[in-house]
Amino acid sequence: MPAPLSQTEVASLRAFADKIRMYDLFCIARLGVGHVGGSLSIIETLAYLYQKEMNVDPKDPRKEDRDFFVLSKGHSGPALYSTLAIRGFFPEEWLNTLNQGGTRLPSHCDRNQTPGIDMSTGSLGQGLSAACGSACGQKLKNLSSHTYALIGDGETQEGQVWEAAMFAAQFKLDHLIAVTDYNKLQIDGTVAQIMNIEDLTAKWTAFGWQVERADGHDFQQIHQAFQACHVCDGRPKMIIMDTIKGKGFPRLEGKVENHNANLTLDEIKELYNGEVPSWLK
Amino acid sequence: MAEVANLEMRQAYCQTLQALARKDPRVVVLEADLMKASGTMPFKKEFPDRGIDCGIAESNMIGIASGLCIQGFIPFAATFGCFAARRTFDQFFLSANYARLNVKLTGTDPGVSAAYNGGTHMPFEDIGLMRMIPGIVIVETSDAVSTAAIVEKLYEHKGCSYLRLHRKTVAPIYAEGEQFELGKSKLLRKGTDVTLVGLGAVMMAQVLEAARLLEGKGISASVIDAISVKPLDADLIREQARLTGAIVTCENHQVAGGIGAAVADLLTEEGICCRLGRIGVEDRFGQVGTQAFLTREYHLDAESIAARACKLLGK
Repeated sequence: MPAPLSQTEVASLRAFADKIRMYDLFCIARLGVGHVGGSLSIIETLAYLYQKEMNVDPKDPRKEDRDFFVLSKGHSGPALYSTLAIRGFFPEEWLNTLNQGGTRLPSHCDRNQTPGIDMSTGSLGQGLSAACGSACGQKLKNLSSHTYALIGDGETQEGQVWEAAMFAAQFKLDHLIAVTDYNKLQIDGTVAQIMNIEDLTAKWTAFGWQVERADGHDFQQIHQAFQACHVCDGRPKMIIMDTIKGKGFPRLEGKVENHNANLTLDEIKELYNGEVPSWLK
Repeated sequence: MAEVANLEMRQAYCQTLQALARKDPRVVVLEADLMKASGTMPFKKEFPDRGIDCGIAESNMIGIASGLCIQGFIPFAATFGCFAARRTFDQFFLSANYARLNVKLTGTDPGVSAAYNGGTHMPFEDIGLMRMIPGIVIVETSDAVSTAAIVEKLYEHKGCSYLRLHRKTVAPIYAEGEQFELGKSKLLRKGTDVTLVGLGAVMMAQVLEAARLLEGKGISASVIDAISVKPLDADLIREQARLTGAIVTCENHQVAGGIGAAVADLLTEEGICCRLGRIGVEDRFGQVGTQAFLTREYHLDAESIAARACKLLGK
């Protein structure tokens, strides 16, 4: 078992995640509406990826040997934009412009608009295929870098996800590390009610993947899961992150209504006891 | 690559890709369990790692191609035209085109050439679907020489494309060494009374025969091998419309949404006074039969083309 994170590392990750979550909420609240639930459930994963896991450089966001990241659940863009802004990929002031005409931060991720975004996504089910292609390309180029993909649990209902699952196993893409944001909710209800995807661990295992499972808000567990994925055994990797949709926003946390919700700046300011990010206009 | 003119069109496709792959490690070929049909097995044999068979999963294939693009590769992905257009449309639209990547999609067995595979496999709508994608290049080649040349041009072009490819051997139209450009058509024959605009190998054989039939009736026909649907060679169409005053478009595809529609758009928008007839499939599904039977059944044959031209000219 890999060494656990030190207390200092955990504190640093927690501070990063808290900042991402705050930025994400203010970014959406400034607009008044957005995909808040699925943004808040992935924040610890993003914090870990962009602080501990991935080789990326804000000064050279397209360097060839970097790790690639595909946010297949593209509607969670605001969480990723907040992460990238804090890491310095673009000015934090851009977070004022989410979804405004002419913005470089559109609702769904666009590789041609935003520094640090590797793939355009939005039509669910497509991102994992692109991540497989990216991982395939890294292999052809004999690069040791990884491709990471983050998919939604509801997205798993798309058939294309399983086409990609077979491809990754067939082509032994063991440097592809995917994460399922298993927040158990989708637009019309709970995932179990609408179209149950269980037994998720058994499914990915049956498709030939190494499967890890973690509490997606616990950095020690996230760390253990990612570390366990650094094994070159021919199997692609899937980390099922058990998460809470809307995590950290009490009014909507864990509620099915939080997929795309209205937020006011006043309520977010109140949540943060009047503290606001420096970029907020 | 010797004697390209007599190759099957799919052989010209594959041999060109092999030649490109020898000098450029970024060239990769993707298939969805139709490597044998598309004729790309020799590529896979020469470049085992760069000939990627995705299995029967066309949508995923487009995603794989898109992902390879973000790593700098130049993927040529092929499947039957019906699947290339209909089954992968959202993937090709978003993961490839909207993402401004460089996926070269090839749809084989255009229209009636699907023959015994029948209506399920007979793409009469692929061009129409593809034309709606902003910025895409759409081409249909007419023989082996044009196929080899156009594949090279698609390789050089930065952006997504759709190549509508007949697989079989056809009578050569072009001599080896003929130069082609994306967005440019070929004026094969100069006439004075009517211009026949053909698209693709299946139709060009009929169009050239129709021109001969018309000649026998004392009607002088220009013949254009369109090759490029998008961008349309507007200069040549405009010039021929003014010279002959009558155009008959001929396509192995629905009239709605195809090259006839593109020509109609051009003439109407620019107010060019020109009579227009459109040969193509008239709002019907495909069916089984020989290519010869289907060509007659859908009135795509030389006699139908010549008759339409005569009617247009009032003769």
